[in-house]
Amino acid sequence: MPIDHTKNIIVVENVSFAYDSEYVLKDITLEIHQGDYVGIVGPNGAGKTTLFKIMLGLLRPKSGTVKFLDQNINDFKDWQKIGYVPQKTATFDFNFPATVHEIVTMGRYRKGRRFFAATADDKQAVQNALAQVDMWGYKDRLIGDLSGGQQQRVFIARALVNDPEVVFLDEPTTGVDREAQDGFYSLLQRLHGELDLTIVLISHDIERITKEVMHIICVDRVLTCHTSPEEYLKESKSANILGQDVKIIAHHNHK
Amino acid sequence: MTRGLEAGIIISIISPLIGIFLVLKRYSLIADTLAHVSLAGVAIGLFLGVNPILTALITAVLASLGIERLRSSRKVYGESALALFLSGSLALAIVILSLARGFNANLFNYLFGSIVTVTSNDIYTISILSVTVIFILAFFYKELVYVTFDEEAARVSGVPVRLVNTVLIILTALTVGLAIPIVGVLLIAALIVIPVIAALQLRRSFLKTILYAEAISLISVISGIFVSFYINLSTGGTIVLIMIAIFVVIFAIKRS
Repeated sequence: MPIDHTKNIIVVENVSFAYDSEYVLKDITLEIHQGDYVGIVGPNGAGKTTLFKIMLGLLRPKSGTVKFLDQNINDFKDWQKIGYVPQKTATFDFNFPATVHEIVTMGRYRKGRRFFAATADDKQAVQNALAQVDMWGYKDRLIGDLSGGQQQRVFIARALVNDPEVVFLDEPTTGVDREAQDGFYSLLQRLHGELDLTIVLISHDIERITKEVMHIICVDRVLTCHTSPEEYLKESKSANILGQDVKIIAHHNHK
Repeated sequence: MTRGLEAGIIISIISPLIGIFLVLKRYSLIADTLAHVSLAGVAIGLFLGVNPILTALITAVLASLGIERLRSSRKVYGESALALFLSGSLALAIVILSLARGFNANLFNYLFGSIVTVTSNDIYTISILSVTVIFILAFFYKELVYVTFDEEAARVSGVPVRLVNTVLIILTALTVGLAIPIVGVLLIAALIVIPVIAALQLRRSFLKTILYAEAISLISVISGIFVSFYINLSTGGTIVLIMIAIFVVIFAIKRS
């Protein structure tokens, strides 16, 4: 099926979110279409991850609506169409006793399918997903024994294992060294091209992702831009000359 | 002793199956907490003249739901919720004990278990429990593994996370409540967590870790019952010490 660039994958309308009375997000409206490759950027504490969680139905917005494939996220049941790579935080358990194969198999969860035997379909899907990220050879290794970059590939394989429409990645290059990052981004480019995958990722490495994505969405409690990387660079450059936007520069050397 | 051995084997099989999820969710102390809560339940039963196993089960299940509720409210830290219930139930047990003297010896049995005086009725009850627990664990296996590893990703895959967590905690309460008259408060908490902690040191896949934990649990219980019988030691204490010895040996070998 050819990509329909006008088909809405996600529509976010007037979404606000607050902890107690303090607004984390205010009046966010945006659309993501099929085949888009979107980078969400913004300073720490700007509400990027909160926006992500609202889009995925993990948090309920205080007001506004999220539609996923034309369905309200609260009624959404087609979870196989979404792949998610959560942020690898300090709580990630490197001693968890699971092999690469076991972890990708988790992603094959379906409602109503019971007991632990994986079907032939499941096994094939796991093999395909691991092959797509060049990790099939590591299938029996423990997740904690892999490098940061390899771990991230495994989590992408888990996100891909149901052949989703869209994959969400939250700060996917955290804990991945510079060289492995190049391989990681070219993997995303390949998946985007070959699988017609819609990709949405959060990053604070603005310099890097402006070279990768098709659209940039800037969030700093409110939506401050939704534009192409070229426009974004042009605008932030002129803003810098006027001395208005130190934030973006300061952010580059942040890591 | 044969019945004691049978009972011990059955309980040593189901305990690590629950323990693997509790330990990996950083929830090891829930077993200990629910064991103490069950003790309060036993005291209530003895005081009211009701079957103490029944009251132990009811209080354990109610407390497990209370703990889960308190924890997910995020008003209280997970381990603080456990501390509250642990000290609270112990206090309750002691107060009830002081209210009605006369069943101290009886309560003492529940603290340390009486594996050598197990009745055939006990065997029957825990067999049914074990089959039920194993069936439910198998039924929710995929969900449990996913939620234990990555709760957020599990939710995005459509796993009913809250239901799965509740099922796990109720199964824990049931196992602890029913096992206490046989193996006692001390041993049940140990059987749930120590074999798993030892097996984790071997660094194997999830499935193999479960199998190793099962093996460690079985070996400890069987050898513990024999050793304590022949040289007349406390059965529960002996089993726990054997399990800890196995952990220490594995740990030392793996580090060297």
